[in-house]
Amino acid sequence: MQRYILIRFLQGLFALWAVTLIVFVISRATGDPATIILGIDASASDLAALRERLGLNEPLLVQYGIYMGSVLQGDLGESLKFPEQGAGGAVMARLPATIYLAGVSLALALAIGIPLGVLSAIKRDSALDTGSKIFALLGQSLPNFWLGLMMIWVFAVKLGWLPTSGTGGFKHFVMPAITLGSFQIAAITRLVRSSMLETLDSEYVKLARIKGVPEWKVIWKHCLRNAALTPLTYFGVIAAVVMTGSVTTETVFNWPGTGLLAFQAVLSRDFELIQALVLVFSGLFIASSFIVDILYAYLDPRLRYS
Amino acid sequence: MAQESGAATRPSEILTHRPDWKARGRKFGGVLWRLPKFPTLLLLIVLVIPAIFADVIAPYGPQEAPGGIRGRLQPPVFAGGTSQHLLGTDKIGRDMLSRIIYGSRISIIISLVGIAIAGSVGITLGIIAGYYGGKVDALIMRLVDISLSIPPVLLALSLAAALDPSFRTVIIVVGALLWSIYCRQVRGDTLLVMQQDYIDRARVAGASGLRIMLRHVLPNITNTLIVLATLQVGFVILLEAGLSFLGVGLSRPTPAWGLMVADGREVLIRAWWVALWPGLAIMLTVFGFNLLGDWLRDRLDPRLRQL
Repeated sequence: MQRYILIRFLQGLFALWAVTLIVFVISRATGDPATIILGIDASASDLAALRERLGLNEPLLVQYGIYMGSVLQGDLGESLKFPEQGAGGAVMARLPATIYLAGVSLALALAIGIPLGVLSAIKRDSALDTGSKIFALLGQSLPNFWLGLMMIWVFAVKLGWLPTSGTGGFKHFVMPAITLGSFQIAAITRLVRSSMLETLDSEYVKLARIKGVPEWKVIWKHCLRNAALTPLTYFGVIAAVVMTGSVTTETVFNWPGTGLLAFQAVLSRDFELIQALVLVFSGLFIASSFIVDILYAYLDPRLRYS
Repeated sequence: MAQESGAATRPSEILTHRPDWKARGRKFGGVLWRLPKFPTLLLLIVLVIPAIFADVIAPYGPQEAPGGIRGRLQPPVFAGGTSQHLLGTDKIGRDMLSRIIYGSRISIIISLVGIAIAGSVGITLGIIAGYYGGKVDALIMRLVDISLSIPPVLLALSLAAALDPSFRTVIIVVGALLWSIYCRQVRGDTLLVMQQDYIDRARVAGASGLRIMLRHVLPNITNTLIVLATLQVGFVILLEAGLSFLGVGLSRPTPAWGLMVADGREVLIRAWWVALWPGLAIMLTVFGFNLLGDWLRDRLDPRLRQL
């Protein structure tokens, strides 16, 4: 087990290092940073001075060294849009809002997806099963920014029940959480359903039934405990979808998180801010998949020895 | 193959066995005929027929604004509009129905080209990794791991910000995001095929590495690839729509569905139909491909059940 953790940890570190390399290459391959920072009509002497200051006249390898050095010290670069905070500060300031929204939408997805998946597995091929299948497939098919817009039109413009955008109380969470969660609700429903079907067919469930364990206990205790592991395996996919969704969702609802920040950074061509975002999120992504792998190996001993 | 069983006794003929194109044609026709009716019909109506016959079906051109200034933001026919614009018009007065019909072409081209590029890179590297193993395999799989550890949307955004919004940018983003998925799948499948006896026999018969990869490995992994590609069409269409919506995908005035939703966002309070129709078109298309992909997966490759 220790060996497994160590190997996974080193792999994670390696991936993180590779991400810094890719970020660096993209930043240098897409044009002269000095021109990007100062604009096209900057004077030649200003450009030369900035190049000198940023170390752009050094060989590429030295430049990469300088970049890595400042990253390791926690300096993720400057930002055109947020000059006083810097790129790293701007990302960190927006991070809580995104994590908050992602957490609520994930909780929502689990609260709807697990019971729906279990019920449609028990009542296989019933109207409920067919209905939830169509619901899940549609949920995976619709563009979430469009769902968000349509909900704004119905619930905020027509009915006036919910605010159109921004943060505040509970009401502000409803539409963004559903929009961000739409894909996960669908994905979790499908995953739970298929793994429940497998578990319901297994030997130990048959044994529990023969022993006379009440049916509700067989389903909600014996089966679900196993079936609930499946969404964990797909955590990587789900996390990636949440990040993708957060950009469009936060843009639609003007939610002051990192997704909106990414959108603004792209619009204003704020490259160092984009690089900082890529780095922070890849780090979070790699760290969370590391934790999930460890958790999974702990829960499923078969993995530890393979 | 049945009719030539008498003649095919010479070893050279067994080893080179020529494909029976007639039989393959029948088999392929059979598959087409057995496709599930609902998703196929849905895709034909929403995507394929409009894309092919756009010039005939569409009442107006994609950039045409027939009503002038007074023709702007006309509601659909059932919401008080006229029968000249069945689904209404956008803020420049262009016919929504016509633009959605022309938009189907964009979706088809983006997903075909994007998946073809991602697929060919991923398949090539995947077969090489699975065939040669060892250091080559380790190197390629490390590349895959790295590319999977960058969150897709940020890779997409940083590429899209560095390049200008264009068709080429979207294709590069799709390729950069999807090649690793093909690569991993193909490598796994290649490893399975490599354990088969016929690979050893081909090698004994003197087949080169390239020949084994192309003639013996590739045909045996096509089922998985077909399923994977079908399931990814939906992903690519959603990705392109998302990028275009954010302003980093295709650029105006291309009639891309994602851009049309973005147009609709600006006038949402006055004119709901501008955002509604293109989103509906995206949803139905992706829904059709997901249904089709599920169906193909269950028949061709049940191992992919949980993709």
